[in-house]
Amino acid sequence: MGATITLDYITHRYRADGPTTLENIDNRIDAGERVALIGRSGCGKSTLLHMLAGLLLPSEGCVRINSHQVTKPSAKWNMMFQKPSLYPWMSVQENAALGLLFAGMGKQEAARRVGELLDKVGLHDKKDVNVQSLSGGQQQRVALARSLATDPEVLLLDEPFSALDAFTRTALQEEVPALCAARDITMVIVTHDIDEAITMADRVLIMSQNPGRIVSELRVDLPFPRRSHDPEFQTLRSELMTRFRDTDDGLAGRKSDKDDTQKKQPAVRRVV
Amino acid sequence: MSQTSIALQPGNTPFPARLLGWIKSLQYPLLGIAGLLALWWFGGWLIANDPDTEAFAAFAPAPTFDALVYLVSSGSLWQTIGSSLYRILTGLIWGVGIGVPVGVLIGYFSRAMQVSNVPFQFLRMISPLAWMPIAVLAFETWDAAIIFLIVMASVWPIIFSTAHGVKRIDPNWFKVARNLGASGPQMLKRIIMPAIMMDVMAGIRLAVGVAWVVLVPAEYLGVTSGLGYAINDARDTLEYDTLAAVVIVIGVIGYGLDWICAQLLQRFNWHVE
Repeated sequence: MGATITLDYITHRYRADGPTTLENIDNRIDAGERVALIGRSGCGKSTLLHMLAGLLLPSEGCVRINSHQVTKPSAKWNMMFQKPSLYPWMSVQENAALGLLFAGMGKQEAARRVGELLDKVGLHDKKDVNVQSLSGGQQQRVALARSLATDPEVLLLDEPFSALDAFTRTALQEEVPALCAARDITMVIVTHDIDEAITMADRVLIMSQNPGRIVSELRVDLPFPRRSHDPEFQTLRSELMTRFRDTDDGLAGRKSDKDDTQKKQPAVRRVV
Repeated sequence: MSQTSIALQPGNTPFPARLLGWIKSLQYPLLGIAGLLALWWFGGWLIANDPDTEAFAAFAPAPTFDALVYLVSSGSLWQTIGSSLYRILTGLIWGVGIGVPVGVLIGYFSRAMQVSNVPFQFLRMISPLAWMPIAVLAFETWDAAIIFLIVMASVWPIIFSTAHGVKRIDPNWFKVARNLGASGPQMLKRIIMPAIMMDVMAGIRLAVGVAWVVLVPAEYLGVTSGLGYAINDARDTLEYDTLAAVVIVIGVIGYGLDWICAQLLQRFNWHVE
């Protein structure tokens, strides 16, 4: 069952006297929704995702998942990273089953559960193979199976496909939202890639930088699977690009503004 | 860590071809051994033919191997070896028992490394044999004193190699494990220990080498058994052939221990070629 994520006026500084990385992030992601976070490098997307995973605590505000305040990592809200970070001394099956073993499940039961998942991600015939002998795409599929094995309510994806070849990336961009939908998992993906955001998400949140704020959002009401050559897809892409430019213009205007009080204004949010 | 996860696929090479390959792989080591024997024989010949040194002619290969055969057939060698192996294994168990947890601690917590680095480097540079008088005073039995010296010899390579291994662990492995809900003990058991086993084994291999070298002089201490004692005794009774035979035994066992460590290192090596 998917979970509702509430971002409650999150502000974050890595050092008490350092610059503000995130400012007044306030949003709600519904159960089962698929949301993409986009923005320029350094805008705080990954920082925000780490907070959703409980790997980082905000300086102010809080993250709640189903009214439960997130203060530490949990197998119920799993994160997939840019690098698969598999454990090279383990087989495919052992890697995928790790979260279940951490949860106290027996090896045989874990192997059975993971077997079904490996089937779904197309790696059943490689379950006993050492992960070092897999391709990058196959390794990322193992990481996906590992993230899904614990039946998470939320799946957090931190640019997970950016290092993959185009064919594998396209395939996973279709498979992951479908798997999330089938398991009713709330999905949040951080990406630089506007096409990836439109392909995978029901809603795209656009972040500005210095400090990171959600300045705009766009709903994507296209049927799955989505094709980048479809006219509706291209319209949405143009709209997102326009908003990105607006964000940059706004940022430039704000930077030139000497009035500090102006910077404290809440972020502007546009909803389509 | 399961065997299946790291084992490479066995080749389909037929047995005779593999046997031939194995024999071929031995040709250079055998050449090295033959060279050493030739050098030994030549040295023995020189000693035997010099009036000033002919009293030491029993160091030559032929008397040495005669003495070795006698030591083996009389059965006295096994007790000697058993005593030495008991001391070195006990010392190594203590060395691993202390070295691995301390290494994990100082590798994981950088503050612990900062605090311990200077004292540990200081203690590491002291020859284990320099502890001999203190060991004699501190321990009730000679055996315990010798084992203490072995521990002092073996613990440092294990500590530093383990700490180095922990420091080299990919930080993402910790992040992923925490994300999957790993507790502290689970992190230690399933992530840290398998990740550093190669480094631990490399440290143990170094420790075995140092400990084996330290063992012989350590067994000059009061005890009446062990390879060190046997050498000392043979020197006192002028049985140079027996002395040389014991030296051979020390070399062979040392090589065997190193070979076992190398096999274990290979066993825990998770890098797929």
